Amino acid sequence: MSTHVIVGAGQAGACAAVAMRQIGFEGRIVLVGREPGLPYEKPPLSKNVLAGAAGTLPPVIFREEAYSHHSIETRFGIEVADADPQARTIALANGETIVFDRLLLATGGRARRLDLPGAEHIATLRTLDDAQRIRSGLEDRGHVVCIGAGVIGLEFAAVARAKGCRVTVVELGSAVMERILCSEVQRFLEEFHRHEGVTFRFGARPVAVELLEDGRKRMMLEDGAEIEASLIVAGVGMERDVALARRLGVDVDNGILVDEFGRTSNPDIFAAGDVAAFWHPALRKRLRLEAWRHAQNHGIAVGQNMAGANVPYQDVPWLWTDQYGLTIQISGLPKEADHCLYQEGEKPGSFVGYHLGRDNAVVGATAINAPRQARAAQALIRMNGSLPDKLRAELKSSLQAAARAHEHGTI
Amino acid sequence: MPACDLAPGGMVGLEVGDRAIALYRLSDGSFHATDNICTHAYALLSDGWLEGDTVECPLHGGCFDVRSGKGICAPITQDLATYPVEIRDGVIHVALGD
Repeated sequence: MSTHVIVGAGQAGACAAVAMRQIGFEGRIVLVGREPGLPYEKPPLSKNVLAGAAGTLPPVIFREEAYSHHSIETRFGIEVADADPQARTIALANGETIVFDRLLLATGGRARRLDLPGAEHIATLRTLDDAQRIRSGLEDRGHVVCIGAGVIGLEFAAVARAKGCRVTVVELGSAVMERILCSEVQRFLEEFHRHEGVTFRFGARPVAVELLEDGRKRMMLEDGAEIEASLIVAGVGMERDVALARRLGVDVDNGILVDEFGRTSNPDIFAAGDVAAFWHPALRKRLRLEAWRHAQNHGIAVGQNMAGANVPYQDVPWLWTDQYGLTIQISGLPKEADHCLYQEGEKPGSFVGYHLGRDNAVVGATAINAPRQARAAQALIRMNGSLPDKLRAELKSSLQAAARAHEHGTI
Repeated sequence: MPACDLAPGGMVGLEVGDRAIALYRLSDGSFHATDNICTHAYALLSDGWLEGDTVECPLHGGCFDVRSGKGICAPITQDLATYPVEIRDGVIHVALGD
């Protein structure tokens, strides 16, 4: 009987385990995860787990009975201690050694920590433990500081404002969600946060943090400014956990290198989710995505391929973020566009931006409270299509109409 | 609701008492009704995308077969409740069962 071992029980690992069984793999499946308890969805950690009542938990990916129903052996709360590519063994911290025929590395990553004196006083947000600690830090409604104006930072800022905290966002770059959004939507979103009471400091580099006697923290910036806060959270990206991949001798380059089937340089070792740097055959480039749906669908595709399916993974990249009452859905690769056209959505204040590349092909879309348009745009991106003439006639070259609707309080 | 108000390929969300129901008319002309709230996270399916006999949730892309309520792709792990629909005298009737 063949054995598939999955290391990493996040969205990708858990989905891969079930997917390989559903497609007909009859061998042994062992799912190993570092965190105790059932695998859970991570997006709510920076949303309703922070915003909700104490003890609010994110939904589990699969209920406990699903693992027994699919005969998936679980090892939750257990670290991998060692691995041997020749003997094809994974040694667990509980003393168990498992011989694998095929191995999936879905090890994700850890929140990046800043390298500065006093960094231990800066919280990061990646796990349920992290979220619960940060949640209790919001209780005193003091001044909170977020380092980084990316998705995690802005979601944290929105929740902290809703809870009545004073919020400052410190960002080294010059815009919010700088790696993802086009400049006009960046300005819209920054303005939205300012309207909600968030203070931004762009071009600001933290150099040290010290703990004050009353438990608060003081952060020093490179320009000499000092900020005192009851809580400092860094949302400055993640570091992919490639330690096990290196020990197994598979190729790594800022992520585990895999082909469109999820295969590493070792044909019996696969990788999926946040940790994978995968070849996207439709976009003809290597991508590294840190997003929930990618982790889910990449996990499913690679799990199926481990069971013999041979299906290339080429989903349109997609992520969403919730901030205040805004649901922002970003499809494709907006940053690859050279210009953008906007359409008002069905609801007041909602809109979608179509990001156009060479030959006016739609390469990305940013939808704010406009899920149906987001879905339609994804179909265009998938086909590498240009805008239909009828749609093109309705589009505007700026976001002003939507911004006006917001000023009138209709969002 | 008059049947002619819902075009083939269309769907609409209805509040019935404290329940949210989604009503669909497929391109073959048939009418179907399900709960309107996705079983994965809070979202109204009627804000989503109807293609063939599949409705896709507007938030996270979970899909259901509107005929059977069956969840047909991740992240759905729980099926939707469905309700019998009848057209009498050109008016849509949904049997909610209580």
